[in-house]
This record gives sequence, C-alpha cells and structure tokens, in this order.
Amino acid sequence: MTLAELSLAQLRTELDRKKISAVELAEYFLARAESRTDLNAFLHLDRTLTLAQARDADIQIAHRNYSATVNALTGIPIAHKDIFVTRDWRTTAGSRMLENYVSPFDATVVEKLKVAGMVCLGKLNCDEFAMGSSNENSAFGAVKNPWDLHRVPGGSSGGSAAAVAARLTPAATGTDTGGSLRQPAAMCGITAIKPTYGRVSRYGMIAFASSLDQGGPMARSAEDCALLLDAMAGFDTKDSTSIDSAETKVSIWRSFQAESASKTSPMLEFENLRIGVPKEFFSEGLSNDVAAAVRAALTAFEQRGATLVEISLPRTALSIPAYYVIAPAEASSNLARFDGVRYGHRAADYKDLGDMIAKSRAEGFGAEVKRRILVGTYVLSHGYYDAYYRQAQKVRRLIAQDFQDAFKRCDFIMGPVAPTTAWKMGEKSNDPVAMYLEDIFTLGVSLAGLPGMSVPCGFGAGEMPVGLQIIGNYFDEARMLSVAHRYQQVTDWHLRTPEVSA
Amino acid sequence: MNGVPLGWEVVIGLETHAQLSTRSKIFSGSPIAFGAAPNTQANAVDLALPGTLPVMNLAAVEKAIRFGLAIGAEIAPRSVFARKNYFYPDLPKGYQISQFELPVVIGGTIPIVVNGIEKTVQLTRAHLEEDAGKSLHEGLDSHGVSGIDLNRAGTPLLEIVTEPVMHSAEEAVAYAKALHSIVTWIGICDGNMQEGSFRCDANVSVRRQGDSKLGTRAEIKNVNSFRFLERAIQYEVRRQIELIEDGGKVVQETRLYDAGRDETRSMRSKEDAMDYRYFPDPDLLPLVMTQVQIDAVKATMPELQPAMAARFVREYGLSPNIAHALTQSKAFADYFVDCVAAGGEPKLVSNWMTGELAALLNKQGFDIRQSHLAPSQLAQVVIALQNGSINAKGAKELLHAICEKQGLAQDLSIDALIKQMGLEQVSDSGLIKKIIDEVLAGNQKSVDEFKSGKEKAFHSLVGQVMKASKGRANPAQVNEILKTKLNEAGAS
Repeated sequence: MTLAELSLAQLRTELDRKKISAVELAEYFLARAESRTDLNAFLHLDRTLTLAQARDADIQIAHRNYSATVNALTGIPIAHKDIFVTRDWRTTAGSRMLENYVSPFDATVVEKLKVAGMVCLGKLNCDEFAMGSSNENSAFGAVKNPWDLHRVPGGSSGGSAAAVAARLTPAATGTDTGGSLRQPAAMCGITAIKPTYGRVSRYGMIAFASSLDQGGPMARSAEDCALLLDAMAGFDTKDSTSIDSAETKVSIWRSFQAESASKTSPMLEFENLRIGVPKEFFSEGLSNDVAAAVRAALTAFEQRGATLVEISLPRTALSIPAYYVIAPAEASSNLARFDGVRYGHRAADYKDLGDMIAKSRAEGFGAEVKRRILVGTYVLSHGYYDAYYRQAQKVRRLIAQDFQDAFKRCDFIMGPVAPTTAWKMGEKSNDPVAMYLEDIFTLGVSLAGLPGMSVPCGFGAGEMPVGLQIIGNYFDEARMLSVAHRYQQVTDWHLRTPEVSA
Repeated sequence: MNGVPLGWEVVIGLETHAQLSTRSKIFSGSPIAFGAAPNTQANAVDLALPGTLPVMNLAAVEKAIRFGLAIGAEIAPRSVFARKNYFYPDLPKGYQISQFELPVVIGGTIPIVVNGIEKTVQLTRAHLEEDAGKSLHEGLDSHGVSGIDLNRAGTPLLEIVTEPVMHSAEEAVAYAKALHSIVTWIGICDGNMQEGSFRCDANVSVRRQGDSKLGTRAEIKNVNSFRFLERAIQYEVRRQIELIEDGGKVVQETRLYDAGRDETRSMRSKEDAMDYRYFPDPDLLPLVMTQVQIDAVKATMPELQPAMAARFVREYGLSPNIAHALTQSKAFADYFVDCVAAGGEPKLVSNWMTGELAALLNKQGFDIRQSHLAPSQLAQVVIALQNGSINAKGAKELLHAICEKQGLAQDLSIDALIKQMGLEQVSDSGLIKKIIDEVLAGNQKSVDEFKSGKEKAFHSLVGQVMKASKGRANPAQVNEILKTKLNEAGAS
C-alpha cells in the first residue's frame, strides 16, 4: 500500500516509527498535488511554507514531547478550503474580489489544526464565496472530478473533495452552508461530516450565510474524520455562535473510540440502532442508480441488526425556498464589506465614492454571487421582508421541529446526499434553479443546524460514486461517526480510488 | 409664549446618541481613546476583515441596563441585534449593528422643569448600537483624496428616543440637560458634547392648535451644544410655520444645523431615504437578561440626583437650592460628601463649594475632578475657619493659592500652608488695639463723621483697620474694640 492510501492512524504509526519524516510526507503529497494540476483542486501551493511547518513537526516528533492522543495529528498533512483565512497563504474565497488578499490572522480552525501539529499543504479551490453546488463558480476555474474529468466534483468544497479523492492530501477542511461538505464528498466518493451548528468556530471562515455556515473535515474514512473533527471543534470566544456546553466539552475522539469499541458482535453490529428512512427522500427526482446504492447500504445496516423505520420529513420540499431566501439574505449583507475601500479589488476608474463601490463590486464578483446578492437584497427589502424573510424563518423552525419529531422514533436518519451522481460540467451551469434543486436532501439539515455526514456507499451510472447521508441529532457526532466507521469496517466503498486517467 | 406664534403648536421628539464610556469597543477588543492618530484604535474586527465576527462587550450592556434602571424603564428580558444595511466608505462592514424590533430598554420617564412648571418626558426606547468611522475629505496631503479613520468605528452608543411630547425649544433643552445629567450621574457617558460623546437629533413638526394629526416632521442633525439645540429648533419652528403660512408644505427630510449661519439646511429628503433592510444579526445571539442579572446591576446603582438632593436637605438642613447646586453632577456631589466625611461642617462646606470654589472652577474652566484642591483640604480650611485660625478673607486667598497652584509645596497641611502664607488670623486684642489706635489717629475726619452720627464712617474705619492688618485681624474683635474706642473717645 502506498503512503497515499494510509489512514491518519497509519500515518501516525509511520511517523512515530521513523519510517518516514513529516518533511518526506509533505514532499510526497506536494509532489502528488503538483502532478495533478489538471484537477485544478489547489489554488495556492507554497513548498517553502509547507516544508517549514513539516520541519517543525519533525522537531516535535523527535523530541517526543507529545502523547499519542494529544498530538495524534502531528506531522500529518492537511489542506484548507480557500474560504478559511490563513496568514501565510493567500485567501481568495474563489473570488476575483480577493485575488491577492492575505489575512493578518489565521482562522480558528486553521490555528487549531496547526497547534495540533498538522502540516498545511496549501489552499483548495471552491465555488466563489462558497456559493455553488458544482465548483464551476470559482473565479479561478472549475475543479474536475477525479473519477471523471468531464464531470463536476460537487460544491462548494469541490477542491477539497477532489484533492482527497485523488489522494493529493490525506485530509482537507471544508465548509457546509446547504450541503457544501456532504454533496462534494458524495460526488467524489469520500467521507465528510458537517457538525452541529456551533460546534466549530466560524472565526476566520469567510462568511456566506452566518446562521448556516459550519466548517468540517473531509477525509477518506469516518475514523479519520473523527480524529480531525476532534481537533477542529470547540468553543471559541471569538465566535458568539459557537457553543460552550457540557456536550461540546466531551472529546469527540474518545467518545468515538468508546462507541466503536463497545460493539463486539460483527453480525449484530447495529443491534438496537433505529434508522429513520424519510419517505420524502425516496420520491420522484431521486435517480434510480443513487436509490439502489442507498437502499443497498440501508439493507447492509438492517442485515447487521438495525431496524429501519419509515419516517416523514414533510417539509423537505419547502427547504429549498426557505434556504434560498435565508442564505442569500444573509449573504447580501455579509458580502457588503467587499466594497474596494479597505482591501480587495478596487475598480481602476470611477466618478465618486459611490461609483467606486459599485464598480469594484460589479467587477469583483462573479455571476452567481451577484445573483444571490440581488435575491438577498430583494427579500430583505421594505415591503417584502414579511413575505419572504420572516416567512422563511417560520418554515425553518418548522423544519427543525420535523426533525425533532422524527428523532423520537429513530437514532439516525439515513438517505441519499444528492438526487444524482456528479453531472457533466456545464450541464446545469445555465440553469441555476436546476442546480438549487440538487440540494434538496442536504438543505433541511443545514436549516435545522443538525450534524450530517456523507459516507461512500456504492457507485451509480458511469461508475460515479454515491454518498449515503447520515443525519444525527444535535451533538451526536461521535456516535454518528462511529456508526459510519463500523459501516466502513464491513464495506470497502471508501477505499476505492479513481484511476489516474490523465 | 416660548416664542411660538399664537395658534400654532410645536411637537418635538429627541433622539440622543450617548457614547458609553467602556474601555473597549462594543463588538471588539479595540481600545477607545478620543484624538488618537487615525486608525490606531482599529483592529481586524473594526476593519471588517474577511472572517471576523463581532463579540458583545458586556460592559456596554451593563451600562444600558443602568440607564434603564435610572429612568424607571423596562429592561427587555430578550433583545435582538439587527443589521442596518447601507454602503458608506466609513462603515466597514456595509452594515451597522444596532437594535431594531427588540431594544434593550423600553419606556421610562425623565422629569423636567421649565419656567417653574414640572413635566414628565416619556421615553420610547433606548437601544445599543455601534458608531461608524469618520471620512476625512480635507487636510490630506494629496488633492482629491479622501481618508477614512476607523478609530470611532465600533464605539458603543446608546440611542435614547423620546415620544413626540415636547412643545418648545426650551422643553427640548431642559430634557436634553436632564438626560445629560442622568447619563453622567450614573457613569455611563462622559457627556462631552464637543467630542461627540452626547449628540442630539431633534424631530420637529408644527401644527395648527387643535389639529389632532401631527404635522410632517423634519429631523435636525449636527447639534453639538444645548445652545445650538435651542437655536436650531427655534429656527426650524419659524421656518416650518412661515412655509405653511405661505401656502407651502413641510417635506419629511433630514436637515443639518449650521451654527455659523444659525440655520438648518436640507441634507436628504425622504425620497432619498434608504431602505436599510434590517434583519436580525445572525452573528450575535439574542441578548437575554435575567432578573438576577438586572438585580446585580441594580445593586451597583448610585443614589440618583433627586434622592441625594432630598437627603442633603434632610440630613444637613441645607436649602433645596443649595442641595440642587451641590448635586449638579455626581462628581460635585461626591466632593461634598468627601468634604463632610473629612470633618467639614456641611453648611460651611456647601457655601464654600457653591460660592468661591464654583467661581474658581468656572474661571479655570475646570470640572471639579480637575481641581487642585482636594476635598480633605477644603474640609481643613472650613475647620480652620471654625476654630478661628483663619478668617474668610484668608480662606479665600488660600483657596486661590491652592487652586491656582501658586508655587506651594503640595505636601503641606492646611495649617502649615496658613502659616507659610502668613494668613493666621490675628486675635491678639493688644495688637488689634494698637492697630486701631493708629488708624483712629490717622483718620480724624471719619472719627468726626461717626460722632456726628454717620454710621457709614464706622464701616470705613473697620475697612481701614482690616487693611492695616493685611486682612488678618479677627473681624468680630475689630468691630467690638473699635466700637468701644469710639465710644470712649466720644465720652471724653
């Protein structure tokens, strides 16, 4: 097995046994990243910066001033979605607006992973300001799906998903506002988790829709995600919406290990686990190949002792309009700071201050970002607020309630992540509404602030990966990751790799 | 009455922005200091750099609650921060964080007195918000360049809004002064109007007496003193009445007061009014206030001005006027309390504070807190007056010397200063007799006049004696001995 196929725990062992150094590991993945520029997954690579971090990690390992649990990630490479600000690498958010922007500080997530000893490989492409479901909205070009270079990797964390899937990095960070971690993970055949809203600090994550944005890990397995999320999560005084509670003080990794160890009988692995299957997730619109792969996964759980419970999430369809009111509304305000005054793109010619702001924004933002700013501005406008924004907030509360009602009857909810596998590039880029409809199964989770995962569960038409979505109740990440991990112990979908076709 | 023409009624509501005297900004850890070099008091959050988030400064919340408690308002158990969206170069985020639908302070009243008539001004609300930065269009090196100073961006403000219940410029000013006194008294605002810590906007409209419908209002901004507030409202009332009487119509607009020309000028009309697209700020949780938290703030509230003035009357037998003068500010009242605690006789202390000391402070342009005279020193001066080691004239000289720092050693006690300055009162009757004899010998004319029954001559002689003693003679003794001497002379 090559280094590219090793889990984070295995990499840890290699590093600890001095089979390989952090510098060598970084060199190895940098070389892979440099060899796959065709994917357009990385936006910024800088060997000098990466190797300096790797050398620091080697010093730490050499001095052994770490314990296996605390510094489980020391020396292991990771790459960040370019929506997380970094003081060493440029941060563009996939936008012309921030083409040459360098942040004076690191995002909390970046800092936490750095403190955990991880080595940053660079920054990953994404849809502009995380707005998109195909990664075709990046100002720096679309990302290609490693399974089929003619297809999209999903979005908006498309660069992260493609990089992990092509084994250009063992792990990546991503963000999820309406499915941006789960959907690209599903389309690229990797594992990702969007935590409970408030688990992971948003400080330094360039905001798209503040009440929905949540950062999370993308990796090759649930186990790796558990290790990464444990390092990323935690209350942050710099983010008022990050949660400081008894639940968030418990180590995700230790709970994950405890949950995973307690199940001893492989044949009844999932005994007592009640899986809610929302009928609305298996209705028209779901393609047959995705349905078949997801149903097979559900059967695998059932065969190992789980009980499938049919549930209803009656407002699933309403999640689309609710989301596409709330998210653009917040975005229209969040993106107002990009005015060309203090940083970012400024138009070369302008008549006055107002003109400068208008032109800078007109030139700096791409079409999808402008579309959402316009929609958001409209729904917040005088006379429309009650009809759109207030109404959408009501729907949002009802959707959250629907999930709570469902969780009375089950431990986890499972279904597809997306209605189809990855589509061909350009196929939907002229039809924004068709693109929005692709988010139908992920939006409700975001609106409710629940944790959700995407776990590889098979392949559909054209041998493109299919993701199984697991939805848990608030703060149930450790148990959810454990369920996914145990599924991955008896399946090998997550171990499949795309053949290098280039 | 009130300069308003007969048949007209004026309706005024005030919106006041009080800058809260917190150490750091309302949503960031940047310090707040007036007059610092541009952009030296602005961090990543104030600059709205990508990825930054606001975090509520609880000291600002505490100050808002203090205000609510001071005016008998309701403290909202749950209030919400909202974004007020508009583009302006000195508004870094492209929105101002304010409170809209659910403010932290609801209602409340402030009593005022105008022309001896008491009235209560009803407040609508008070809400927390952040200030914007400043655009600088002049004084920069290159022409055609505008500068932005974000030092002020994020400074905590409490916007205090009244109902439209005031009916003259005098009432509006009385309210503004009463409000100013409250916010400084409870220590939530330094009240400095020149530096913009306390800014009033006036909503002014007029209507014919008897009309039930309010007239169209104009909002007057840019008023940075009570005098300008009064003049701006008076001008605006005249303008609106003349306009209507000439067959015109008042348009709803924002007008700027120009103190130089003593007029208000249109800034923007309602047609240009922006749609601020308020919505709850998703970066901040609703502000939840429990009764326990409110009670904790209540426990730290100072005695308010009316209560303290009444107590001074009750406990020290001061007149209501003096008690009112002593409680003109919290600092002034505290000074009085400190003097009394240091052994100063309350009535004497109050007389000296409201008389000589107040005049000195006025002359120096000082606040009581800037005075070089410590409360314990004034107490000692009063004690010296009482035990006769100094007379009133000497005390005056001493106060001037200390207040104006006339090269005195700071560490000397009042007794030592009295000695050093040679201000001890002369109560030695032998010495006083000797001076009187000399004065009488040199002023035969006055003596004669006194004998012929002119009482005035006596005062002139007392003056001469005091002058000859360099003001140090005990005036009571001088009176007594002089009377005896003149009577003796008359009998001979």
